[in-house]
Amino acid sequence: MTIVEKILARASGLPSVKAGDVVEPKVDLAMSHENAALVINQFLEIYQGTPLPPKIWDPSRVAVIFDHRVPAESSKTASNQKKVRDFVGVQGVGKFHDIRGDVGGICHQILPENGYVRPGYVVVGTDSHTTSHGALGAFAFGIGATEMATVWALGSVLNVEVPTTIKVVVKGRFKKFVGPKDLILHLIGKISAQGANFKVLEFHGETISKMSTSGRLVLCNMSVEAGATAGIVPADEETARYLREEAGVTGPIEPVLPDADAAYESVIEINVSKLQPQIACPHTVDNVKPIDQVAGKRVNQIVIGSCTNGRLDDLAIAAKILKGQKVAQGTRMLIFPASAKIFRQALGKGYVGVFMQAGAVVMNSGCGPCLGIHEGALGDGEAALSTTNRNFKGRMGNPNSEVYLCSPAVAAASAITGVITNPRKK
Amino acid sequence: MPTVVFKVGDDVSTDVIYPGRYMATVLPTETPQFAFADEAAFNAKLKAKQIPPGSILLGGKNFGCGSSREQAVSCLKGPELIIVARDFARIFLQNGINLGLRMIVCPDIEAAEGDELELSVDALVNKTSGRQFKIEPMPRSRQVIIDAGGLIAYTRTRLQQAVV
Ligand code: SF4
Repeated sequence: MTIVEKILARASGLPSVKAGDVVEPKVDLAMSHENAALVINQFLEIYQGTPLPPKIWDPSRVAVIFDHRVPAESSKTASNQKKVRDFVGVQGVGKFHDIRGDVGGICHQILPENGYVRPGYVVVGTDSHTTSHGALGAFAFGIGATEMATVWALGSVLNVEVPTTIKVVVKGRFKKFVGPKDLILHLIGKISAQGANFKVLEFHGETISKMSTSGRLVLCNMSVEAGATAGIVPADEETARYLREEAGVTGPIEPVLPDADAAYESVIEINVSKLQPQIACPHTVDNVKPIDQVAGKRVNQIVIGSCTNGRLDDLAIAAKILKGQKVAQGTRMLIFPASAKIFRQALGKGYVGVFMQAGAVVMNSGCGPCLGIHEGALGDGEAALSTTNRNFKGRMGNPNSEVYLCSPAVAAASAITGVITNPRKK
Repeated sequence: MPTVVFKVGDDVSTDVIYPGRYMATVLPTETPQFAFADEAAFNAKLKAKQIPPGSILLGGKNFGCGSSREQAVSCLKGPELIIVARDFARIFLQNGINLGLRMIVCPDIEAAEGDELELSVDALVNKTSGRQFKIEPMPRSRQVIIDAGGLIAYTRTRLQQAVV
């Protein structure tokens, strides 16, 4: 069996499953953000006309994190957040992260950094980038608000079709200023935005073994941009190190690994030794080009952050490039660390001072400009270069603008010049 | 007979179907006003209720890719559109089934705005061009939810069974 088949078999109480089977796995962790407001509506509706009181099946397994619109940009959002806050209080939801400078942040960072996700877990979230958590060897996938209401009521996801798995084997060493973001952009460009529809991307190979959990989160985060149901990295020593040292996990960690004779629907091999920085051009994530084909393009806004690339190693590389430099006139730079914890670490390391002295604006942890709802929107005809994960038309709040996606190194090097710049040629 | 009132290309994302800036609006009664908000002409017709219920929105491949936002489904369900596409992105398909949106997977469909389509269980006939196309059935795993009239009703039944 593949990893996901093993996880689904265990969670469904079956000795084995295979791709195409229909199962009802029990959920180990169920995450929502502000859209919990809609989940609550649907949840309460389930109980209408029944004598049963609405009660979450296991509040300790539910996580609610405010990140998409923090602090609230409108009275409507604030009222939604209030409704969710009241509800999680009444239901006793165990893993609630409000808008705070100590425990706040983006959901896909909060879950790993607090040790909420373990290898072998079934994780569902009302957010498509829930695929991120496959970085810890869990089967993690996005669902809609109504499906989440069912999970809250029953504790399982109904009618899951066991997905097939594509094995991605990655070899070689990254060149300087090339990394996981370039690898995943390259892969998405190669297989297209639909290339892994309804499938799992399982990452293997020496490059992955040597990669940090932060880098693996980038790969799994963006697996959904190839249409994948989930991305997953087999848990290994690095996973254990991350969970023990960075997430404070003390209990047992039980990796779930694929069988040697696991059936894959296909195998993709990639060698990263010659890979150049990659850019996803407007308006689809699979419109990927090596940087030299787009270098020189004028950009008005640079964004570093998000659940994709807003972690400490991302900020470290940006600080290294920006130290003693200035953001180009006519270009603005917005930096938003993925969690309050990372923000504090970046303060401690002096990165925040470097960014501000260079002219960047450092914003509170949250989704911010990534989805263009409440801050960092683009003007008509403007272009952004961003370390986020989506460049769909209108993504940064304006359909008459463009978003280019890149790594933190490319974003930082381009902030100094005001045009898309290859950090390897600076 | 249902008419194609709006045709879009491949990889139409939920950011296009329901732009993120309207995400604070969640009630299915309120989301339809923002459906395809940046496609001014179509959105205006929807808002003016000039689109007859049961009209067809024609998508390409991978319709509804991107975020898991359910507003992208409820905003199309409100005006009772039928979505015909070559295929759908996973979360959108699942959300659509859960909320009872009518969706038809028709891998080879060719039609233009204004064409009239005749729908049967396993085939679709474009009356304007005279061509017939095969319809792919929904995944069998989802049929129980469709039959129950959506996921809320199905869950309610399951919940009551669990208690008994
Ligand atoms: S940072 Fe962007 S992609 Fe990540 S959860 Fe927030 S809105 Fe979604």
